[in-house]
Amino acid sequence: MTQLQSSAGRGSGATEPGVDQSGKKMTFGEGGLAFVFAVLALSCITVAAKTHDAAYAFHAYLSAFASLAAVFVILNRYVDRPAALPALEIDGKPNYNFGPVKFATIAAMFWGIAGFLVGVIIAFQLAFPWLNLDLPWTAFGRLRPLHTSAVIFAFGGNVLIGTSFYVVQRTSRARLAGYLAPWFVVLGYNFFIVIAGTGYLLGITQGKEYAEPEWYADLWLTVVWVTYLLVFLATLWRRREPHIYVANWFYLAFIVTIAMLHLGNNATIPVSVFSPKSYIVWAGVQDAMVQWWYGHNAVGFFLTAGFLAIMYYFIPKRADRPVYSYRLSIIHFWALIFIYIWAGPHHLHYTALPDWAQTLGMTFSIILWMPSWGGMINGLMTLSGAWDKLRTDPVLRMMVVSVAFYGMSTFEGPMMSVKAVNSLSHYTDWTIGHVHSGALGWVAYISFGAIYCLVPWLWQKRELYSLRLVNWHFWISTIGIVFYISAMWVAGILQGLMWRAYTSLGFLEYSFIETVEAMHPFYIIRAVGGVLFLIGGLIMAFNLIMTIRQPDLAEAGTGVPNPSLVPAE
Amino acid sequence: MAEHHKNEVDAVTGVSTTGHEWDGIRELNNPLPRWWLWTFYATIVWAFLYWIAYPAWPLVSGYTSGVLGWKSREAVQVQLADLRVQRGAFAEKLEAASLEQIEASPELLAFARAQGRAAFGDNCAPCHGSGAAGSKGYPNLNDDDWMWGGSLEQIQQTILHGIRSTDADAHVGDMPAFGRDGLLQRPEIVAVADYVRSLSDLPVPKGVTPDLAKGKEVFAANCAACHGADGKGNIELGAPNLTDGIWLYGSDRDSIIATLTNGRAGIMPAWAGRLDPTTIKALTVYVHALGGGQ
Repeated sequence: MTQLQSSAGRGSGATEPGVDQSGKKMTFGEGGLAFVFAVLALSCITVAAKTHDAAYAFHAYLSAFASLAAVFVILNRYVDRPAALPALEIDGKPNYNFGPVKFATIAAMFWGIAGFLVGVIIAFQLAFPWLNLDLPWTAFGRLRPLHTSAVIFAFGGNVLIGTSFYVVQRTSRARLAGYLAPWFVVLGYNFFIVIAGTGYLLGITQGKEYAEPEWYADLWLTVVWVTYLLVFLATLWRRREPHIYVANWFYLAFIVTIAMLHLGNNATIPVSVFSPKSYIVWAGVQDAMVQWWYGHNAVGFFLTAGFLAIMYYFIPKRADRPVYSYRLSIIHFWALIFIYIWAGPHHLHYTALPDWAQTLGMTFSIILWMPSWGGMINGLMTLSGAWDKLRTDPVLRMMVVSVAFYGMSTFEGPMMSVKAVNSLSHYTDWTIGHVHSGALGWVAYISFGAIYCLVPWLWQKRELYSLRLVNWHFWISTIGIVFYISAMWVAGILQGLMWRAYTSLGFLEYSFIETVEAMHPFYIIRAVGGVLFLIGGLIMAFNLIMTIRQPDLAEAGTGVPNPSLVPAE
Repeated sequence: MAEHHKNEVDAVTGVSTTGHEWDGIRELNNPLPRWWLWTFYATIVWAFLYWIAYPAWPLVSGYTSGVLGWKSREAVQVQLADLRVQRGAFAEKLEAASLEQIEASPELLAFARAQGRAAFGDNCAPCHGSGAAGSKGYPNLNDDDWMWGGSLEQIQQTILHGIRSTDADAHVGDMPAFGRDGLLQRPEIVAVADYVRSLSDLPVPKGVTPDLAKGKEVFAANCAACHGADGKGNIELGAPNLTDGIWLYGSDRDSIIATLTNGRAGIMPAWAGRLDPTTIKALTVYVHALGGGQ
């Protein structure tokens, strides 16, 4: 891929694309990538023919089809393009590449709705088990990873890739590195999502929470992710600013650490190239520790560092205010990066994990409290001097509320990591509530805010189709979140207390099944909360579609300069 | 860019900026909030104190064990000991008592039932139901119909060794697959199914003309050896009573035909080794007292 980047964007002169085709030469990246995909297609067909596993054969055929499509698209794109590759700058202003950002934004919205919907379905399954339909493909055990992967990796991942490609260009005043590479990252990542999701439904899983995809999907993701890192680094490298903006530190930390976590937790040995099954090299409690080192830092670097990057760009931009404190951003960034990585063992309190590891996990989680809050302070205090905008701008309000949820979750997390609290909360629905106050309140809300900002910028519209609809979205989904997390708090604490209740004679008061029965009303309230959140998402999707269908700024004759082409000031 | 904005002051807050700017975004030069910094320090100090007190840092071969000498395994032992204290003298009595002695002492019996109830909820309820009412394939333990006997000893034997379990002393009985293994032809199976239904006066479905004479003949030749000539079953073999209107796998014609065709071999695990002997005693008297103990 490095050749791709170095060969891309070096053309000069052709400022009017689509005309001059004289002397056109295929780049090494185009030819090489088309060749690699052709070989991949052939290999996949071979695997499909030789495997005994129907689901794996389906994946192999799907990969072969996608590879052939990639060959076709690359060659077709070559035939249609002018001799010169897109210029890095036009008239001294950066020639930004927003195509992959647009794709990732739409993909994020699509996967978001899908993920929320599956979440609602499994929430109702927990309240009414007959909704499993007695079919393997619709059973909770397969739909649950579909939900978590759809919201975290499909929705969240596309938001992160899309916004990072946008932010790194704008804050570096440089065109995204690579000609095909950014498209390879975006499309390759979404293909990984398809393989992962269909695999869960067909029963292909390595059974590691949040790392369910099997070895071949993991290998593919590794290639995509390394390309992502290279594109990001190369774009930073060609920046026209003396310093790297704080959002890009967070994006870079997210990309690098996720690569490390992914490799560590997916160190598996496949049974055969013709089998989807693999075995992890770690064993016993070491495997558990690696899993939660991965699991917790996926929260830390995917769902925290990555989305803090979004916050650091979109909140000051939307509020039109400076970031509150540069010093705080430095200190809390490095503290967060160094301390988060230790906190994983708090997922394994009171297990076979040695006591000393549990202690370290707990104490570092406590130390992590303030570094996490540094981001909250910087986000909220950036509003100083612009608080009045919260009344008039529901998009900004959504982002500010998300930072508040972030603060709440990052207080609740360290608290739950304290062993005394954990002995009550662990394995209960309190954990689910905690995760969702972070996932719905923080991750989804900051993403919604960013997408609401991005869509008019990317599609060159004056504003969103309707701020009133954003307001409706905000209130409906906020009520949904409150339903969700308060139901899970009550359910979790009730559950924990029932599990540890003893009779006066010294025997357990409740059997496990009685505690399950007691959860029923809360599961219904939670599911209703999920429905409200889903409705909010649908309102948002409608609003965005209507925004994109509005006339362009230029056509509307407003005379306002095209914002997506305005260079950094 | 840096050189253009040096010492620029933000008009709203009166705070100077760092001079950096990216895509219109600037940064104020605010100091770290004091409360934030001091809380950060406090958590670090707290962590150091915790590390001194508890097991914390790995060493080459071992770890710093902490001045309190706390170990989670020992903590569990302490909690279990506390529980024994809470359970009091009855726990020891129960350990030593025979089933008859438990039955003879109302206080000990009440204690054993309390323990049995808790053990039942977490070990038996998944199959037999919270109220022990069973479900299809899982016997109801509230009635007085016992496949393997309802006395205290018999119930204890069943709990200890299970039914068709891996335990060498498990109850083993075999309802043959008369149809699948070709022991009986389809018309014979249908006839004997109708005959068996007639033993408890079950209504004849519409459109069915039972051949009871043939069914009786087939029953005598194939079924009576285990279920008895009168169909009242045999506890020694685990052969259910077919005349009492209690059906483990359903009483409708199709279910009985399915039973005759494919046989039945439900499994109950052996609990010896999984639960301690005292808990099994407690479970025995609990189940015995559910309603049908003999």
